[in-house]
Amino acid sequence: MKVLNPFIAVLVLIAAGGLLGMSQGTQFLVGIVLPCVAFLVFIVGFIRKVLDWSSSPVPFKIPTTCGQGRSLSFIKEDRFDCPTTKADVIVRMFLEVFLFRSLFRNTRAEVHDGPKIVYGSSIWLWLMGISFHYAFLTIVLRHMRLFTEPIPFFVPVIEYLDGFLQIGAPVLFASGLILVGAAAGLMARRLIMPQIRYISLPADYFPLLLIMAIGITGMLMRHFYRVDITQVKQLTMGFVSFSWNNPGGIHPIFFMHVMLVSALMTYFPFSKLMHMGGIFFSPTRNMANDTRAKRHINPWNDPNIKPHSYAAYEDEFREFMVGAGIPVDKELPPEPAATEEEEK
Amino acid sequence: MYDKGTVLTGLAIFLVLALSAVGYNMIAGDNNKPEPEKPKGYTSCVLEKSEMAKSHMQLLNQWRDEVIRDGKREMVPAGDLMVEKSLQNGCLHCHTSKVKFCDRCHEYASVYPYCWDCHIAPVEPAAGKEAH
Amino acid sequence: MAIPKVEELRFNTAHEANMFTGAIPRKDWMDTPAVFKEGNYAYPTKVEIQEYHKFPNAREWNPEDDDWLLPDGWEKIIMDGLKERLGKFRSLKVYMDICVRCGACADKCHFFLGTGDPKNMPVLRAELLRSVYRNEYSVGRKILGKMLGARPMTVGVLKEWFMYAYQCTECRRCSVFCPYGIDTAEITMMLRELLHLVGIGINWILEPAANSNRTGNHMGLQPHTFKDNIEYLVDDIKEITGIDVNPTFNRKGAEVLFITPSADVFAEPGIYTAMGYLLLFEHIGLDYTFSTYASEGGNFGLFTSNEMMKKLNAKQYAEAKRLGVKWILGGECGHMWRVIHQYMDTMNGPADFLQVPKSPITGTVFENAASTKMVHISEFTADLIKHGKLKLDPQRNAHRVPTFHDSCNPARAMGLIDEPRYILDAIVPKWYEMPENTIREKTYCCGSGTGLNTGEIMELRMRSGLPRANAVEHVYRKHGVNALANVCAIDRATLQPLMEYWMPPTGDNPMATTDVDVIGISEMVGNALVMDGEIENRDQGLRFEELVPREEG
Repeated sequence: MKVLNPFIAVLVLIAAGGLLGMSQGTQFLVGIVLPCVAFLVFIVGFIRKVLDWSSSPVPFKIPTTCGQGRSLSFIKEDRFDCPTTKADVIVRMFLEVFLFRSLFRNTRAEVHDGPKIVYGSSIWLWLMGISFHYAFLTIVLRHMRLFTEPIPFFVPVIEYLDGFLQIGAPVLFASGLILVGAAAGLMARRLIMPQIRYISLPADYFPLLLIMAIGITGMLMRHFYRVDITQVKQLTMGFVSFSWNNPGGIHPIFFMHVMLVSALMTYFPFSKLMHMGGIFFSPTRNMANDTRAKRHINPWNDPNIKPHSYAAYEDEFREFMVGAGIPVDKELPPEPAATEEEEK
Repeated sequence: MYDKGTVLTGLAIFLVLALSAVGYNMIAGDNNKPEPEKPKGYTSCVLEKSEMAKSHMQLLNQWRDEVIRDGKREMVPAGDLMVEKSLQNGCLHCHTSKVKFCDRCHEYASVYPYCWDCHIAPVEPAAGKEAH
Repeated sequence: MAIPKVEELRFNTAHEANMFTGAIPRKDWMDTPAVFKEGNYAYPTKVEIQEYHKFPNAREWNPEDDDWLLPDGWEKIIMDGLKERLGKFRSLKVYMDICVRCGACADKCHFFLGTGDPKNMPVLRAELLRSVYRNEYSVGRKILGKMLGARPMTVGVLKEWFMYAYQCTECRRCSVFCPYGIDTAEITMMLRELLHLVGIGINWILEPAANSNRTGNHMGLQPHTFKDNIEYLVDDIKEITGIDVNPTFNRKGAEVLFITPSADVFAEPGIYTAMGYLLLFEHIGLDYTFSTYASEGGNFGLFTSNEMMKKLNAKQYAEAKRLGVKWILGGECGHMWRVIHQYMDTMNGPADFLQVPKSPITGTVFENAASTKMVHISEFTADLIKHGKLKLDPQRNAHRVPTFHDSCNPARAMGLIDEPRYILDAIVPKWYEMPENTIREKTYCCGSGTGLNTGEIMELRMRSGLPRANAVEHVYRKHGVNALANVCAIDRATLQPLMEYWMPPTGDNPMATTDVDVIGISEMVGNALVMDGEIENRDQGLRFEELVPREEG
């Protein structure tokens, strides 16, 4: 089964993180070497992929127009779904990147007797997707408390909002639950819905399972196994100052967590997770619908491709044209040695 | 069309964001381990020091529930001493300064517990220079 | 190819076991080969047509045979071709990498809704290529292979490409719903280009392309025949309205060159749309000319390769330049307008020998066409109506209760959505919208675009047209809609049989073939025009159909 191998892979990562996290000697490996290498792979891999994409030109301007374009003054244009100016394109991209505009349109089609095809709203995918991504972002920003000293102002603000429900001590962050919940929902969708299950690859299950494992180890570390956060921060500050400062005594679950995050960072640039950069590169979204107003240049446009010329056309059909009273550039020769070949 | 300018700007933003913590640390970095001030004249707490460091918040929560909800106000041993299950009369009996004890680690770890929403913070011995 | 009776297909599309009706295939899609049998593929290109285009590997071959007579080293040809295209199209590269297979596109494709074939889910259609891409370019492909969804290029894969690149009409509906805007058209266009490299293509596309190249139009009408056909329409107009219209051909010095799909000139119901154009131009006294050399607005190159598209499209500017017109006016067509709006200027511009289009009647300058210098007939007409330059009598269309079908390309590649609606408001007493998930940017394809309007795949076409037909049926039952208005020549050619199939006639007119007539917007414009000097109390429409008699004098 396609979900089994990714599941095993995540278990192996957890086990490896736990094992390496058990002794001081190997903690060095999983506690600093691995995450630093993974981070480097992430940055370099991400940039390389983006440069690779941008080494190919965008030969044609092909926005998908999702609304009325700008034409006549009395026809109301749909500026942000069919942008004509750069500013409107920026708004469209903002809506895509921050609100998942296109996914918001999602519907679900069903066929009933008749046949009758009916469309239902299907906002779940959007809801799970956007909750997942914002929870992830919140968590990343919250983690900045471990990589900065003094801690910048926004971190406590986010933590306050995230822990707004004031459940338990240490306070429960909503983002963790939402992340794991949304990932579980997305996972369930892949397993339960026949269409989605059929298209899913191991490469779809793996990142979901990995991120769920990251969320779960993180929450376990905070609420059950308990790690001394000041000790953890001693260690994590080493990531940003390139130093190894292991106070010792940190529970292995922390190293499982770090192992999983390192795996995610390493995997990222070589996988579909690059949609994070790719969304900015989609020519159907990031281009203005002004192709008739402004000429777009294709760097490899081949000037040697010429139409079948009018002269050749007239040469072939001159007689018929003259016969039908259609103007010609070159008159018939005075003595038409007419081979009357009627083509039908 | 390559949009080189836009692509490079985007990558620059990505790089700046990704490396912001490293840069921040180079400029403003300070990784001194927090040193909460130890109470004078006391050597033991209600639990081992390492346990307290990790889980004092859970213990306090537990005490709050026992005392407020169940009325179980019996004293707990801290070494030779018996202390009240109380933040103000227990913990602060020995750790007299919030600023020099609680806040040192809390600020380091960006922890802002809601203890002080209800409890009145102790008057700081050193005329509250560090208070906020 | 026998096509099932409509009752049978009505039952099958809702009840047969397929992925859309809820059945789950037993085998993984990679282990399910494409099986070709009469009726599920369009016929391959004839040898002489391939030779005409100088396409490689011209030969007789049959998709049903195991051996497709591929050239030696065809795998390398394909992989080199893929590499070249990855270097030329950023869209392809990005779309190969970023799909997360969320499945939002799955039930948005009319081919999937009609056939339930999982490989007609846009995501899987793209995976057919992505799997090969990954096998060549993915990190870790050597170790992980199938785990990554990678597979080598084999004859089986090639066969799948041929089947499913030609079960996509490149309508881009999926790209509206994709969170990254992944456009399956970009992918199937590449697949079709790659297939041509090894001599695989369909005749229904390449023969019209060859005709268009040589004679100027898809049907291969020679100049005199083209002119004759229009003159038949002129005669009909005279008979119906009493008006003489005088179109000119290849006339140098005309202000405007008018180019429309040639289907408007020779095939029902497109010819009625052409009669509408002729009446409109006469009504406003437009100084225009047809061209027999550039007598095709459509461009089957779009369905072949970007080179072919450029070559065929180049005639339009070449002819505009030769005739010395000021600007070009384009008729109603879908894919033609995708080419004009998104490709023409880039490929064959700059059109600096033309002027920014300005309506000689209203003085409106079409700034939105300032560079390409080509205006859509609906933009032109809407502007005339806005300025009150047309004498219109909507009652002349009172026998029609239309709904409007947005064609894929004007809706999703131009944003031309409200102009035709603006015109409709002015030319018919009442009309109705189809359900919102089936119109505007979410409109459904007619099911037979991109050169798939060929007879041998009729069942497939009726299936892929089902979502559109179903929406029409809805407004037919709810509002008594009896006309399916559109601005596309392929629509007129394909919706007609679609309606005849799904909406057979129920009235007592023995001549009727369907309850819903397919009709171009310009036909209804022409029919509503009150012309100077026309027959008094005109009682016939442009199809010689009876008009609703006037109540009061």
